[in-house]
Amino acid sequence: MTTTQDQSSTNSGAASSEAAEKRTVRFRIQRCLGPNKPAHWEAFDVPILAGEGANVISCLQYIARRPITADGKETDPVVWDSGCLEEVCGACTMIVNGQVRQSCSCLIDNEAPNDGDVISLQPMSKFPVVRDLWVDRQRMFHNLKRAHAWTPIDGLHDRGAGPQETAKNQETRYIFSTCMTCGCCLEACPQFLLVDEPAKWDESFVGANTIGQVRLFNLHPTAKEEAGERLEVLMGPGGVSDCGNAQNCVKVCPKEIPLTEGIAAMGRATTVKAVKQFFTGE
Amino acid sequence: MANRSGEQRVIVIGGGLAGLSATARLVEQGLKVDLFSLVPVKRSHSVCAQGGINACNEIARQQGFSEWMHMDETLYGGDFLADQPPVYEMTHWAPKIIDLLDRMGVPFNRTSEGYRDLRLFGGSLFRRTHFSGATTGQQLLYALDEQVRRAEVDGNVTKYEFWEMLWPALEGEGDGRRCVGIVAQDMRTMQIRAFPAEAVVIATGGCGLIFGRSTNSVMCNGAAAARCYKAGAWYANGEFIQVHPTAIPGADKCRLMSESARGEGGRLWVPRQPGDTRDPRQIPEGERLYFLEEKYPKYGNLVPRDIASREIFDICVNQNMGIGGERMVYLDLTHKSREELDRKLKGILEIYEKFAGQDPREVPMKIFPAVHYSMGGLWTTYTREVREPDPIMDRDCGVDEVVGMKLGAPNTMMTNIAGLFALGEVSFAYHGATRLGANALLSCIFDGLFAGIGIKNYVAENTDRPAHSVNNTVFDDLIKREEQKMQRLIKTAQKGAGNPETNPYQIGREMGREMEGAATVVKFAGGLNPALEKIRELRERWSRVQLTDSGMWTNQNLSYTRALGDMLALAEVIVLGGVKREESRGSHYRTDFLKRDDARFLKTTVAEYEPETCSANIFYREVDAPMVKPRERSYGKSGDAKPAPEKEKQTAGAT
Ligand SMILES: Cc1cc2nc3c(=O)[nH]c(=O)nc-3n(C[C@H](O)[C@H](O)[C@H](O)COP(=O)(O)OP(=O)(O)OC[C@H]3O[C@@H](n4cnc5c(N)ncnc54)[C@H](O)[C@@H]3O)c2cc1C
Ligand code: SF4
Ligand code: SF4
Ligand code: FES
Repeated sequence: MTTTQDQSSTNSGAASSEAAEKRTVRFRIQRCLGPNKPAHWEAFDVPILAGEGANVISCLQYIARRPITADGKETDPVVWDSGCLEEVCGACTMIVNGQVRQSCSCLIDNEAPNDGDVISLQPMSKFPVVRDLWVDRQRMFHNLKRAHAWTPIDGLHDRGAGPQETAKNQETRYIFSTCMTCGCCLEACPQFLLVDEPAKWDESFVGANTIGQVRLFNLHPTAKEEAGERLEVLMGPGGVSDCGNAQNCVKVCPKEIPLTEGIAAMGRATTVKAVKQFFTGE
Repeated sequence: MANRSGEQRVIVIGGGLAGLSATARLVEQGLKVDLFSLVPVKRSHSVCAQGGINACNEIARQQGFSEWMHMDETLYGGDFLADQPPVYEMTHWAPKIIDLLDRMGVPFNRTSEGYRDLRLFGGSLFRRTHFSGATTGQQLLYALDEQVRRAEVDGNVTKYEFWEMLWPALEGEGDGRRCVGIVAQDMRTMQIRAFPAEAVVIATGGCGLIFGRSTNSVMCNGAAAARCYKAGAWYANGEFIQVHPTAIPGADKCRLMSESARGEGGRLWVPRQPGDTRDPRQIPEGERLYFLEEKYPKYGNLVPRDIASREIFDICVNQNMGIGGERMVYLDLTHKSREELDRKLKGILEIYEKFAGQDPREVPMKIFPAVHYSMGGLWTTYTREVREPDPIMDRDCGVDEVVGMKLGAPNTMMTNIAGLFALGEVSFAYHGATRLGANALLSCIFDGLFAGIGIKNYVAENTDRPAHSVNNTVFDDLIKREEQKMQRLIKTAQKGAGNPETNPYQIGREMGREMEGAATVVKFAGGLNPALEKIRELRERWSRVQLTDSGMWTNQNLSYTRALGDMLALAEVIVLGGVKREESRGSHYRTDFLKRDDARFLKTTVAEYEPETCSANIFYREVDAPMVKPRERSYGKSGDAKPAPEKEKQTAGAT
């Protein structure tokens, strides 16, 4: 995330001179025991040693060992989702101080440099909560099915190399292919709303990441074969015309994927297809 | 209750590279697959791999490289402990696997002419490493994930994500014993269910969590392997754990710092005064101990990977000279200009900046070796196939016949339990005593693609006794047992921090610390034996463990604690294997037995669980080495006349 980088370079000088200084950071965590249960807030104090590389996950691990609130109440351990802990799997996405991001790459020395600083944690709001900070992002994987997000190869037997590809095309595809299905772009999007019922997913907005995947596959010489089907989806309900062009998505994408560029390209492609269909009557 | 339909289904546990490639192959072979994973498969640990994947290719071939040489490098790197036929087969399939991944749409880096670009891995003479940006593992995993999603849409795969495999279901005794399914738990609803299947594939990855912090993802706890082991599957070569010398120690995990930082002039040092807490930039040259440069004047900071790890370990653990008394040393690049650093190392310096919060161009980096990969794993077998050497792939091999694996043999990668197969990092095959950089991704994908055909034939051979005809009690008893286990743990729950003696996370931390100290970089009887004692103590404490969450919804506390009990069983296997292997070989380095001892230990360690004593019985099996004679793995020993860093890098290479 660009913001992290900026902060870390301005902070690096200060951090080392205060090395090994202890401070306390207060975590305010929005909790919820399960689906359709009411949400409430709890606070936890976590001791931090400057320069030891603490991040939000390591603090949650501390709270798991010692689930006692700031006012001394013994409580249930906080539940969250994580995996790689190096910002490449997308699992640990949550809202940190109002900003959607990966919690594993959120360093405490940047986010809460002073004693008594507060960090608030909330689950993403566009997906149903499973428990506490863990949300169910099944819909994102479902949307990948909607979008035919694969290359339709013949089979797994040896048939020689794939199609040759220019370095330029590879570079364009590569960046879209680093999308880790984290959901930041959807959380930030005013057009993407919480839909609890899976039956309604097919008519609801696919969101920026899926449009990006259509871009990715429609650029591949073999996957292009299904370009028409993919564009059909983007022309239907919940397709690319639902995008209000608010551009929030591209600002929060941790992988800096040029999402609005992808949306614009797919917007053009669907228009071309629509015009063609109009004239050929297909 | 078990799910019963007449359909032939195979269970795959794990959706990393190994599990997904197996799933794709099984579906292609006409079987239906139930795919289980702790996380959505697209988030599996395989996404972490950055470096690349090895395969002979046409350019390298024109420069004298071959599949045979790739095999030879792999065996040499693994200090000849690997069975050779699987390595032969894997390296000879490698080019075809790259082609297949290419067809799937993996955005491999391209040359200006549009061919796949190749990377020179850590000074290897041949460019044999294919890569996709800085996220090769992620790109490969996504390509397979897409193919499996396609199969899911076609109705051939059912995913059980956020489900935890609890136990393999076995029926029969002695030679008739076979695996007929699993019992698993939904990690949200906590429902425990049985799933019958004609065959079960374990592809659950590594066990880094046993060592506390490692470079692995949080779900790499080894519990699934440990459960199979406790159910009777053999666990082989557990003592072989690869450690990466330069990782960034974090509060939660260790992240890799590429070795190119040393290659580009990075200097390792600690303050001469132990416990010195000054800002490193304030410590004058004379008060710094450049320990590698002092001890190895010839190679300095460029000593091979294993020596670097040992020296860093020695400085911190034995001499207590780590930075501020912690297990860390400086890796210093600040004497280099910003421009040069950005030109050569930008990507990796940014990783450091992101996770350590400091600019390594201004402040020396803090690093420490970290557990990275488990060569050991569930024991597996195969059927040999003797062939004539291939004139191109085996050019200059110097043998009259080669031995590969028979494609489609029903026992391919089967454990000692019929119907239970192990693929990927969780298996012990391919890598011997150390893994060659960029060979793991290959072994995982190869495993799935190759073994998938054998598994289909195993299923075909057993159609007369389908899983749905298995006596119900097999599954009902297991469900009951798992429910009792769970209830016992849930009943201990008490809110708050409780007693550290019985706090599961505290027990886990102590296990990690003990294992890291005794069973990684440097081992000796005097460290290993106390570690065995400590594991026994921790097991005893675990039997009195206390949960903090009594909920029957998404109880992560329960899941962790149950896994911890199983991890402790595997920890014992790893340490005991280390105690008994009185030699040094590959990653296993004993200060009290410095030499490789082929006469006694050119053998596979096998651990078998003894239910009566709840501990491991260790025995040995011959290594299947029909092609390449073990020779001394000489590179990298300090004081050698011939500098070997080139060669060493070739083996240790990537990540
Ligand atoms: C930081 C890093 C960098 C690396 N770089 C490289 C590289 O450049 N080149 C290279 O060749 N290798 C590299 N490796 C090694 C390589 O990434 C791994 O060995 C490989 O990805 C393992 O794949 P796998 O399919 O065996 O398992 P994983 O990808 O670990 O997948 C395991 C699966 O099992 C599931 N699972 C586990 N337990 C259970 C259970 N009880 N119930 C249900 N499901 C379960 C998990 O959910 C997951 O889906 C690297 C490793 C690390 C840590
Ligand atoms: S540009 Fe479109 S997709 Fe992106 S945030 Fe705005 S409305 Fe959502
Ligand atoms: S496009 Fe970016 S923000 Fe959206 S899911 Fe992918 S990685 Fe996350
Ligand atoms: S845990 Fe994978 S992105 Fe944070």
